[in-house]
Amino acid sequence: MSEDIDIQDREAREAAEKAAEYEHGWSSDIETEFAEKGLNEDTVRFISAKKGEPEWMLDWRLKAFRLWQEMEEPNWAKLGYPEIDYQDAYYYAAPKKKVELDSLDDLDPEIKRVYDKLGIPLGEQEVLAGVKGAKKVAVDAVFDSVSVATSFREELKRAGVIFLSISEAIREYPDLVKKWLGKVVPQHDNYFATLNSAVFSDGTFVYVPEGVRCPMELSTYFRINAENTGQFERTLIVAEKGSYVSYLEGCTAPMRDENQLHAAVVELVAMEDAEIKYSTVQNWYPGNSEGVGGIYNFVTKRALCQGARSKVSWTQVETGSAVTWKYPSCVLNGEDSVGEFYSVAVTNNYQQADTGTKMIHNGKGSRSTIISKGISAGKSDNTYRGMVRVAANADGVRNRTECDSLLIGDQCGAHTVPYIEVKNPTAQIEHEATTSKISDDQLFYAMQRGLDDEEAMALIVNGFAKEVLKELPMEFAVEAQKLLAISLEGSVG
Amino acid sequence: MLEIENLTAEIDGKTILNGLTLTVPAGEVHAIMGPNGAGKSTLSYVLGGRPGYEVTGGSVRFDGEDLLDMEPHERAAAGLFLGFQYPVEIPGVSNVQFLREALNSQRKARGEEPLTGGEFLKLAKEKSALLKLDPEMLKRHVNVGFSGGEKKRAEMVQMGILDPKFAVLDETDSGLDIDALRVVGEGINSIMRAPDKAVLLITHYQRLLEVVKPDKVSILSQGRIVQTGGPELAVRLEEEGYDAVMAA
Repeated sequence: MSEDIDIQDREAREAAEKAAEYEHGWSSDIETEFAEKGLNEDTVRFISAKKGEPEWMLDWRLKAFRLWQEMEEPNWAKLGYPEIDYQDAYYYAAPKKKVELDSLDDLDPEIKRVYDKLGIPLGEQEVLAGVKGAKKVAVDAVFDSVSVATSFREELKRAGVIFLSISEAIREYPDLVKKWLGKVVPQHDNYFATLNSAVFSDGTFVYVPEGVRCPMELSTYFRINAENTGQFERTLIVAEKGSYVSYLEGCTAPMRDENQLHAAVVELVAMEDAEIKYSTVQNWYPGNSEGVGGIYNFVTKRALCQGARSKVSWTQVETGSAVTWKYPSCVLNGEDSVGEFYSVAVTNNYQQADTGTKMIHNGKGSRSTIISKGISAGKSDNTYRGMVRVAANADGVRNRTECDSLLIGDQCGAHTVPYIEVKNPTAQIEHEATTSKISDDQLFYAMQRGLDDEEAMALIVNGFAKEVLKELPMEFAVEAQKLLAISLEGSVG
Repeated sequence: MLEIENLTAEIDGKTILNGLTLTVPAGEVHAIMGPNGAGKSTLSYVLGGRPGYEVTGGSVRFDGEDLLDMEPHERAAAGLFLGFQYPVEIPGVSNVQFLREALNSQRKARGEEPLTGGEFLKLAKEKSALLKLDPEMLKRHVNVGFSGGEKKRAEMVQMGILDPKFAVLDETDSGLDIDALRVVGEGINSIMRAPDKAVLLITHYQRLLEVVKPDKVSILSQGRIVQTGGPELAVRLEEEGYDAVMAA
């Protein structure tokens, strides 16, 4: 155990020693096959054809595209960014060398190098290196828009778990996809989700059958690799009665000067007694210290807790992106169903984040917990926006919300915008919010004990975020701690 | 070991230290006493390098090195420890994590190997036993929810673990009952009483000095040392008061 700790410490130290500039600021030169710039019905047809989709899928996309044309980009969030020219972006980019591999060992060395640079967490590195007895983590690698490799498919298959890219799932399990796609996040849900429905490039599909506990943590790396290419990932996870699955999503992106649009949709469905744990470490390129470049991240994530006693936990560590617009939510339809949202959002320099959750309580006795930790530094703005809604016939609902903001310096902003709508008098809703500054006392105390200013800051910030970080799987927690330290570098003083 | 020469320092433009000169050689425990507002806490912060405390003149040499030229963490690594009058809370960070990171940062700065988790825990348990602090306290967050006495004892455990060459203890005795005072005093003796170490003990009261037994006592008033003597000076201060002793 102590050796594990040592390795983690060493890793954390090494990470902290890296240059203050964005670590993943490089790009690899795998040839890309673009769809033409711009967005029209032909673009949608091109994407669908490229992926060899059946007619029904194309129709579904076209319907979404037509809806999208009638919609307006939302402007209610506390975000400011230049107008996005949707005709000045590419909507499809795929690596030219299409390879179907049995294992990641056979991966294109160039792509392999990319993964190495990404610093894939310990457990997965062992898996990649083929270490015996390594804790199993299945990596469905999403490189740009196409899944290039899927590992452990066989073992998952034996358990009855389907873990595929969404494109494959559309071809191989059309009935399952048809049954659930767009059922949690409807095509017309919101501007960005509708755009995604029209042009989604790839993503992940997970199906866990009744009574199955998924034998490993599932993990996907998303990565934007082509200049000016929007990423439109689509994820669908269905957990049948009494099943369990833990899914890890991590993102990094190379440094680019132009803003890149990212609009993902994630749909989760948990049936009776099923549990889904969804963890995200988001580290898209945040732009440089002057606020130039960076990812625009407009994400729609929603879970349907459909069955009685079903449970969904969202845990997110958001350090990246120039603009984040993201509200992982739970629709708690099942009696005694449980929704949880644990979030750490860090903004530095000119980053803007408007993030939070919605807990929609329709089921009797449904419960939810929201713990949000916002950390703002530099000239950034960090908003928690959350909604707790209790339907009239949902008796005995409970919610606890805790929103804590930590300010570093005096030029950043932290905002808390809770919406509470309760139509049933038996509901118990608790909301607590605090705002604090990292105090000079704390910094000096830690420095007097031997930590330099960056280490002292990292220590205090990690302490602040602890309640959320402990919800992450081990490998992710280590990576997340490093990320917090890296993303706040240069903010002391 | 510590040579302070004609030191002047100010906060927000207000002069607090005003030509302070003091030498504390290795092996010595030197008590600083003085009325409120004399500059006792400022002295300790200036030695620690706290931002906002501006040195406007004079020099401080620590083992021959220019202390004022070092960053706070470099001073710590060089062997300087500050016992805080009001130890600071750090929520979410356990004492174990805090002290292990601090110690290993110091060791790294000195070119030593970091301690492993096991080695560190052994050391931490040993030192908390010495200070009669329940080792379970090490798992709790730094100073969060600690009583005044627990905080001061925890400071001494930190000192034991970090094992400094020189400790500046700022009113470590305030807020302690008689039993805790004895434990802390004996802790100072066992950790810092050595030929190659020294202590600057800032206090208002004689009672801690009965346990720690300083070699020298100095009176700090209006930002400078106005009188230095043996332990008997502390006894006189306690009996007669600052005004009487300084006027004499």
